[in-house]
Amino acid sequence: MFDFSILLASVLNGLTSGAVYALVALGLTLIYGVLHIINFAHGAALMVAMYGVYELYNKLGIDPYIALPFMVVGMFLFGYALQRVIINRASHGKDENILLVTLGLAIVLENLALLFFKSDTRTIDTAYSLTTIAIGPAFIALPKLIAFAGALAASAILVLLVSGTDLGRAIRAVSKEKQGAKLMGIHVEHIYAMSFGIGLACLGAAACFLLPTYYVNPQVGSGFVLIAFTIVVLGGMGSFAGALIGGLLIGVVESLGGLYLGESLGPIGVFIIFIVVLLFRPQGLFGARA
Amino acid sequence: MKSLLGIAALAIGVGLLPLFVESGVWINFVMMTLYAALLAQAWNILGGFGGQFSFGHALFFGFGAYVQAIAQLQWGFNPWVALAMAGLVSATVGLGVGALTFRYGLKGSYFALVTLAFAEVFRIIAVSVPFTGAGVGLMIPLKESVGNLQFESRVGFLYVILGLLIAAMLVTWWLQNSKFGAYLQAVRDNENAAQAIGVNPFLIKLGAIALSAAFMGWAGAFYLQVFQYIDPSIAFGPHTSVEALVAAIVGGLGSLWGPLLGALALHLLSDLTRNLFGSLPGINMVIYGSMLIVIVMFLPRGIAGIGQSVTRLWRGKRD
Amino acid sequence: MTSRRQFVTQTAAAATLLAFPMVGRSQPAPVKIGVIHPVTGALAYSGQQCRAGALLAIEEINKAGGIKSLGGALIEPLLADAQSQPAVGAAEIERLNEAGVCSVVGAFASAICLATTQAAAKYNLPHVVDVGVADQIVQRGLTNTFRFGPGYTSVAELAVTNLAELNKSAGSPAKTVMIIHEESLFGSGTANLLQKSLPQVGFEVVDVIKHANPTRDFNNIVLRMKSLNPDIVIPANYYNEYALLVRTMQQQKVTPKAIYSVLGGAASSYKFIKEFPDASNGIIDCNHWFNPKDPRSQDLKKRAEAMGLFFSYELFMTYTAMTLLADSINRANSVDREAIRQALLSSTFSSHIMPYGPTQFIDGQNIGGRPLMTQVLNGDIKVILPVEYREAQPRFPIKA
Repeated sequence: MFDFSILLASVLNGLTSGAVYALVALGLTLIYGVLHIINFAHGAALMVAMYGVYELYNKLGIDPYIALPFMVVGMFLFGYALQRVIINRASHGKDENILLVTLGLAIVLENLALLFFKSDTRTIDTAYSLTTIAIGPAFIALPKLIAFAGALAASAILVLLVSGTDLGRAIRAVSKEKQGAKLMGIHVEHIYAMSFGIGLACLGAAACFLLPTYYVNPQVGSGFVLIAFTIVVLGGMGSFAGALIGGLLIGVVESLGGLYLGESLGPIGVFIIFIVVLLFRPQGLFGARA
Repeated sequence: MKSLLGIAALAIGVGLLPLFVESGVWINFVMMTLYAALLAQAWNILGGFGGQFSFGHALFFGFGAYVQAIAQLQWGFNPWVALAMAGLVSATVGLGVGALTFRYGLKGSYFALVTLAFAEVFRIIAVSVPFTGAGVGLMIPLKESVGNLQFESRVGFLYVILGLLIAAMLVTWWLQNSKFGAYLQAVRDNENAAQAIGVNPFLIKLGAIALSAAFMGWAGAFYLQVFQYIDPSIAFGPHTSVEALVAAIVGGLGSLWGPLLGALALHLLSDLTRNLFGSLPGINMVIYGSMLIVIVMFLPRGIAGIGQSVTRLWRGKRD
Repeated sequence: MTSRRQFVTQTAAAATLLAFPMVGRSQPAPVKIGVIHPVTGALAYSGQQCRAGALLAIEEINKAGGIKSLGGALIEPLLADAQSQPAVGAAEIERLNEAGVCSVVGAFASAICLATTQAAAKYNLPHVVDVGVADQIVQRGLTNTFRFGPGYTSVAELAVTNLAELNKSAGSPAKTVMIIHEESLFGSGTANLLQKSLPQVGFEVVDVIKHANPTRDFNNIVLRMKSLNPDIVIPANYYNEYALLVRTMQQQKVTPKAIYSVLGGAASSYKFIKEFPDASNGIIDCNHWFNPKDPRSQDLKKRAEAMGLFFSYELFMTYTAMTLLADSINRANSVDREAIRQALLSSTFSSHIMPYGPTQFIDGQNIGGRPLMTQVLNGDIKVILPVEYREAQPRFPIKA
């Protein structure tokens, strides 16, 4: 039905969209893998990060890619504080309570954004927003290619972090065996907060890559949450490679689904995959058996 | 027994309310609170008693609402008959989802996420299929009469929702006092141990999800009768799923009065914040969200849990 | 930003001023009007624009002396937030009813309007619908509901007629059409109508594509456009998606002969042309628009922009709805609901800034209401049809 150039463009587009989804999912999978909580506030945190990038560009003229290190550090600190000060305190460690706390946080963040930034959609217009690179017969937007590279880099950094550093070892220990880790002298609360912080730092990076081709308003985060969860499950909860590959895969499925079935019915492919994976291989592509 | 007397008192109390209260605001408030309580009570059957947290309970709600609409619009059924059908269809959908997910042993977060996915899949289907009116949704014509399950004043609807809620509470009471309920809670607390003593967890959980789904379906049908319009995002969207589980958890999981207390507390909170701070949009929701966090911080076992904590202190037991 | 803070302080000040009439003069009791919109939640932007329009109207009316037939009684707005949910809208109507409003203006979104008009009908509370384009709103037989602006059926019909006319006068260069619409009530309803009527005037509809709200990415839709190569692209969706679609088309270098919108979310939006001057150039819209020849509309535009707001359709539609209501209250000589309802029913209101025919309400719909065709030309939005309101010659096709 569609000739090769259209299909190629769709697949490439799916890969680049998937890369951004992967960045969002990387943070979520870490948070789930270590803290075992489903973070309802992830979308709202992405929104906060995007407003951060927007304000840096708007008020200080800092290009989103230059802002990357600031956003990553800023979101890390934000996440660390959130976990240490609010989530941990409020939930007393019970799963269902953590759920409610993150839900409450999502509501608070979204409406604080509404108060401060009002509800209109904001976009940034950088010099390269509309630049496209031709790959064969397809035009791919430059910011999206940069996002792709960014996602690869971020996954690599995270994998190195978790496997090669002391912090990473501590994180793995806590996620596998909390009590044992405590007995070994690991400060579990601190590790939890570090993990949450790193998870949100990924969102800081994602926001920098997303804003040049997208927009921000108080509700922008909610559109990414469901897809991020799907990727986390598909890739395997707690696996970075899984989040990256899962993200790319889901991006392509969503894109091709959209091409053949239309953008309304298209996402159904994603959720059907979600259900099938959950039923037949809940540990996902790369996760450890639950 | 004390609980049954309590339920009877609730029925009589709310039943007599319209005689003393004429304010449309209050009747509407009570009606919407009972509606939210029904959502929470339905969720509680599977979540609180069964230990299976569903994030996509709107699936059953949506089926109930659409069946209620389609039965009237396309098959000409009387709304009361449609109501019965709505519950049945939702229960069947519950059985279907349960059979699939429990058979493959999904628990905990996996179960929660798969229910979310199911709700989303059906939302997308509802948007695409002309049978459900696609994106335009379905509207039932305005014709107020008891026989048509539409009432000129909210009082009629108040009685309908009261009836549905009382039914749900009686079922919950039955769960607290029956063998089935005991098995269900045993499965919730330790599925392997329950299996070891001869309980069939699969069948028990199926029963729970069917009951839970039926009441969600009735809630959906009720929503349609009151607001006369349904579309895919109202029917299957996350809003209703979240409303059900938040009220149930805040109220106190696995308790009889938890859902009602949770619904009441949350509705009071949301109405208060909306009315006090209506002129600056956003502030009311910030307060609502903050209060949610605060409630969870200080009442980790939910509102109904206060009673339990007090009793424990009184009797000198330690946690 | 200061303009935002200005708006907030100004609104608060205006509301306070309106709420507390000057002490020391024997002021007649204020006329309470409910203003209900989704100012939080998914529809917050539109809801807030609508509310701003209502408050601008009230400020103006009160400054000019209030409701004359009631001794100069000032209008007191009672603000309500529908939180982007029909159930909350209905609950707020109950509250407004008990607070003693004589009538209500709202609620922007069709689904919410369905709930609010029905709730208001129980108390025979006159409800002026400001935007809500779904035709079901005025087809339910509710006698308290009045919509001044056109519904999507009449907008779609006019759009088709005008497209045929434009095409003919340019020598019929366009044959094929692709419709892109958002998946809910307004988009689907509009698309259904277009799909049926376009072939009747000689166009071939090559594809109808539905998309969700929100849609993150339009690349696939644009790729389909590339492969089907329609002459005309017709979007019917909300601002964010419209903007993304047009930007993606620009990125992928897809240039149809015309982008012709029906109730397009960004097609006749000052915000859009300011932010995307290149992408928006030449876009035609059939949408709610003010009378460009009426100097009061320019005054209102200036007032809105001075408050840091874009002069969007939500703003002037609700502004107009409020002026209609005030006029009817004045003619009713009372704040009795039935009297106001009768006044609305028999209204021939003509002192408004909209380019409508003579006002006449039949079954709650003002049959005089109609959209205008605009085109983005030289960085500004100009009316191209009908001829009596034309500000510039239409450029059709924009690309040969």
